[in-house]
Amino acid sequence: MNRNAKDKRKETLLQVIHLIRPYRGQFILSLFLAAVTVALTLYAPVLIGDGVDLIVAPGKVDFNGLIPILWKIGVVVALTGLSQWLMNLVHNRITFNVVNDMRTQAFAKLQELPLSFTDSHQNGDIISRITTDTDQFSDGLIMGFAQLFTGVITILGTLGFMVSVNFKIALAVVLITPLSLFVSAFITKRTYYMFGKQSEARGDMTSLVEEMVGNAKVVKAFGYEDDAEQRMAVINERLRQYGQKAVFFSSLTNPCTRFVNSMVYAVVGIAGAFAVLAGGLSVGQLSCFLTYANQYTKPFNEISGVVAELQNALASAQRVFDLITQPAQTPDKPDAKVLTDPDGTVKLSHVYFSYTPEKPLIEDFNLSVSQGQRIAIVGPTGCGKTTLINLLMRFYDTNQGEILISGIPIRNITRQSLRRQFGMVLQDTWLKTGTIRENISYGKPDASTDEIIAAAKAAYADGFIRRLPQGYDTMISQEGDNISQGQKQLLCIARAMLCLPQMLILDEATSSIDTRTELRVQQAFTKMMQGRTCFIVAHRLSTIKEADKILVMKDGHIIEQGRHEELLAENGFYSRLYNSQFAQVKRS
Amino acid sequence: MRKLLPYLKGYEKESILGPLFKLLEACLELIVPIIMAAIIDTGIQSRNISYILSMGGILVLLGILGLCASVTAQYYAAKAAFGFGTALRRDMFAHINRLSFSELDHAGLSSLITRITVDINQAQAGVNLALRLFLRSPFIVIGALIMAFTIHVQIACIFAITVPVLGLVIYLVMGTSIPIYKKAQKKLENVSLITRENLTGIRVIRAFSRQHEEQERFQGANRELKKLQILAGKVSALMNPLTYVLVNAAIILVMWQGASVVNQGGITQGEVIALVNYMTQILLALIAFAQLIVTFTRGTASAARVNEIMELTPSMTDQGNQPQNPVPGAPKVEMKDIDFFYQGSPEPALQNISFTAMPGETIGVIGGTGSGKTSLISLIPRFYDIAKGVVLIDGRDVRDYPLSQLRGKLGIVPQSAVLFRGTIRENMQWRKKDATDEEIYRALEIAQAKEIIDSKEGGLNAWVAQGGKNFSGGQRQRLTIARALVGNPEILILDDSASALDFATDAKLRQAIAEKTSGITVFMVSQRVFSIRNADRILVLDDGKLAGIGTHDQLLQTCPVYREICLSQLSEEEVKQA
Repeated sequence: MNRNAKDKRKETLLQVIHLIRPYRGQFILSLFLAAVTVALTLYAPVLIGDGVDLIVAPGKVDFNGLIPILWKIGVVVALTGLSQWLMNLVHNRITFNVVNDMRTQAFAKLQELPLSFTDSHQNGDIISRITTDTDQFSDGLIMGFAQLFTGVITILGTLGFMVSVNFKIALAVVLITPLSLFVSAFITKRTYYMFGKQSEARGDMTSLVEEMVGNAKVVKAFGYEDDAEQRMAVINERLRQYGQKAVFFSSLTNPCTRFVNSMVYAVVGIAGAFAVLAGGLSVGQLSCFLTYANQYTKPFNEISGVVAELQNALASAQRVFDLITQPAQTPDKPDAKVLTDPDGTVKLSHVYFSYTPEKPLIEDFNLSVSQGQRIAIVGPTGCGKTTLINLLMRFYDTNQGEILISGIPIRNITRQSLRRQFGMVLQDTWLKTGTIRENISYGKPDASTDEIIAAAKAAYADGFIRRLPQGYDTMISQEGDNISQGQKQLLCIARAMLCLPQMLILDEATSSIDTRTELRVQQAFTKMMQGRTCFIVAHRLSTIKEADKILVMKDGHIIEQGRHEELLAENGFYSRLYNSQFAQVKRS
Repeated sequence: MRKLLPYLKGYEKESILGPLFKLLEACLELIVPIIMAAIIDTGIQSRNISYILSMGGILVLLGILGLCASVTAQYYAAKAAFGFGTALRRDMFAHINRLSFSELDHAGLSSLITRITVDINQAQAGVNLALRLFLRSPFIVIGALIMAFTIHVQIACIFAITVPVLGLVIYLVMGTSIPIYKKAQKKLENVSLITRENLTGIRVIRAFSRQHEEQERFQGANRELKKLQILAGKVSALMNPLTYVLVNAAIILVMWQGASVVNQGGITQGEVIALVNYMTQILLALIAFAQLIVTFTRGTASAARVNEIMELTPSMTDQGNQPQNPVPGAPKVEMKDIDFFYQGSPEPALQNISFTAMPGETIGVIGGTGSGKTSLISLIPRFYDIAKGVVLIDGRDVRDYPLSQLRGKLGIVPQSAVLFRGTIRENMQWRKKDATDEEIYRALEIAQAKEIIDSKEGGLNAWVAQGGKNFSGGQRQRLTIARALVGNPEILILDDSASALDFATDAKLRQAIAEKTSGITVFMVSQRVFSIRNADRILVLDDGKLAGIGTHDQLLQTCPVYREICLSQLSEEEVKQA
């Protein structure tokens, strides 16, 4: 298990390296600039110390020596600023380019993933991988790495300078160092525990609030307000106790670091003063030491923070790579045909299909549909009526058996040309953010305005579109509150009308829209279906009764098939389903 | 933020002492360079070892005192901030509970959730930070300036010029980069919107083979985002180098001037070092302050959002209402000439509605989406107040009842079937806190939900996940119906509550309600004709108006809207058959 996790981490690191590879030149440059910046930053105090040594006492100031030193400081400082600036710029570039690459890759993968992946993962999860995790990765890993690198060389550089100037004082500083590490480890541990408790309480608080405020209307309907407030008070108090401690402990880091720093400063001050008396150190060097002492513990502090951040970033990276390395759907065969002008026949022979191997759904299913026939798929909610659509459109592949369109197995047809032969109107009326015009011409972006209007008219949508303030240029917003559910359905129909192929897949809406629009939708459906082979997920009895064949589904299985009368005569599940609608209820 | 300050009540001591201890720590820090100067000038010059040691001791002492002072300050700040957050959270929660449906609609539930969680946390963090650090940085800057002036006025002038210039640089860099970051945030939202759209529309996109265009659209948005981010990065990249160069340029000047002054005997060598130290302290304090401002603005913005909600006043109260006795012989529910508007809407949601429901009757309500069905039944529990007319229950105006008595008469099954985290029993006891298992089982039986409990391990103790996600839509609907039936309500309101049930279960449910709850008045909203077909009376709503009222057969004859609805769902012969 542990080993596995280790391998996984190694793998992720390799992927990270691969991702950064195009920027390796810039990356090395940024590390080089970081080293230069640190070296120059450390050199400045030395020069300042040299300068101080020339300002000894009244009448004992060496102006001739001082001026070149001041110039030198000026140059060093300017160079520091320059290299720091360049370093920041390079960092920026790498960070945002890498995120951009990563996002593009992840999104490209999204277009190739089999639907079984997206169907089984929550949208929110995938979105957060593409947006948040990529950000976290670049912020954490690249910035974190840079900080770590800078921190380490600052510490080493400081120590190096100190040792080279005065070994004894350097030793004293090194001896105090563990104190800093010990303190920060202690705080981190306490904080970690308390933060864990706090986020637990916060999680409880959030879910309570989501329930009670999110369903405020139910709470009021049942007069549950007081109970809700009591439950809230308990969690609120727990949150206060843990949160207060967590924040207190975590805010100790700064004072403690400052304390360790001031101890280092005092030791350097005293030891330095003695060293000056003993003649091993000049006053200027002492001032340089003091500056170092002031900066010395800062990188330690940063490093401990960076390590946690790096771990987070790596976890984020892993989540993104998990997505990027998902196996794509099987590509079209190299010799796959481009289907044009199908004859409208569909044949399923010995089809086996299941979403998961443990739960076989469709077994040895045979169906032969000739041109112009209507196939209704019926069954209770959640019985898997969309499975057949998934197979016909090749959103999923069959496990065994063949589906033939125009006599050609669909595995031998390019997906694009196969899908173009079906007009599809689904129940969840998906429209993209954009104008009505863009939405109707979604399948044929170069359609002329006349074509678009003709399609809208055929779908009985032209009337309401014209009544909208911007007509065909009305924007459909994400919430889509400017048009009703029924109108959205009409737009989806218009979209399908614009390039109306030989075969149709229709999904009747269950929860009905307002009656008038509903009638229009039906009229539009009828118009579409004329002379075309149709598969309809049906809820309306009239549709079902007029179908050439009814497929009755239950729990994912196709349990009966035949015409309405035949099925009624069979006296099976269908007839029970049909009759239950007429169950009479009498008041006792 | 200021309006929320009363929530610090009870923490006055902490709120004042916290910053004071912080100031104390800053003072101690400002003394350090002076002591060091003394060590160099007096200790080293006069080779006085005991002086060096005692001054060194003072340095250690200052460090310890500083630690104590700042730990105390942090403690007080954390205590006060969490006291503030806890009180605010409690009051806001209670406040939301007192708001009426109009205000809830207006504010939006999801926005309320964010405000009570995320925003209060941000405001709390803001208070904490303000108490801890807000005074520290300016104090160090000003303190260091004053110390510089006490050492030498002329040199201190360099400080007096450098500080405002530094402030200006920080202000300009942040003032330029923050708006760009905000714009970038908008672009990021766009990226996530495209991703979401591609996930929800994945079937349509593939059906139309538009993957390639979508990919380009995404890349475009992503590139725009990158451009802005790099731009913002370019601006902020200036911050550290510029401030560093400025401070060190000032240090060079200090040394140059200092050299002349030392030469004339104005100040000592140690004091030059002290001045250099002060300059460094100023830089660190200003940078910390800049970062602080970012967090603090976030906190203030959050506080403003919280305050917006706290300032909403409930538009409906039942204060002073006395429990009402039923008028004998009065209809159970009666509406007379109702006009109803949603807040801020010029169009009436309901207009000119009158009907009566006698005890024990079943009233069906049907109509298209947006025709006002839910609005109509929301008036019975007085979720909203009406503009005109009167709603009577047991012959009394709903506005005269205490809300608890009024809603206690009702069993309400809302459209969205929500269950709450906890056991099934806890969920079933919402209407009646002390309902026995027997009562619960009776309700479950009527709601056709007993089999759900029987199939779950633990029976009534079975766990319900948040939102009832571990139950199917149909199961949830039946359970919410049972929840409303516990404790025998006088009126049962079903708002399209059987939509996820298959026809057979729907029929059984209606039969059980008819048989096993005698005397209950039922309001049944539905989209499906056959669900309400057998009601004693059907209200047909069309665009907020009553298009017809009567039994199924009567309405088929007299009401064209009803006939239209029937025909859209059933074939001609079925309509007649039924």
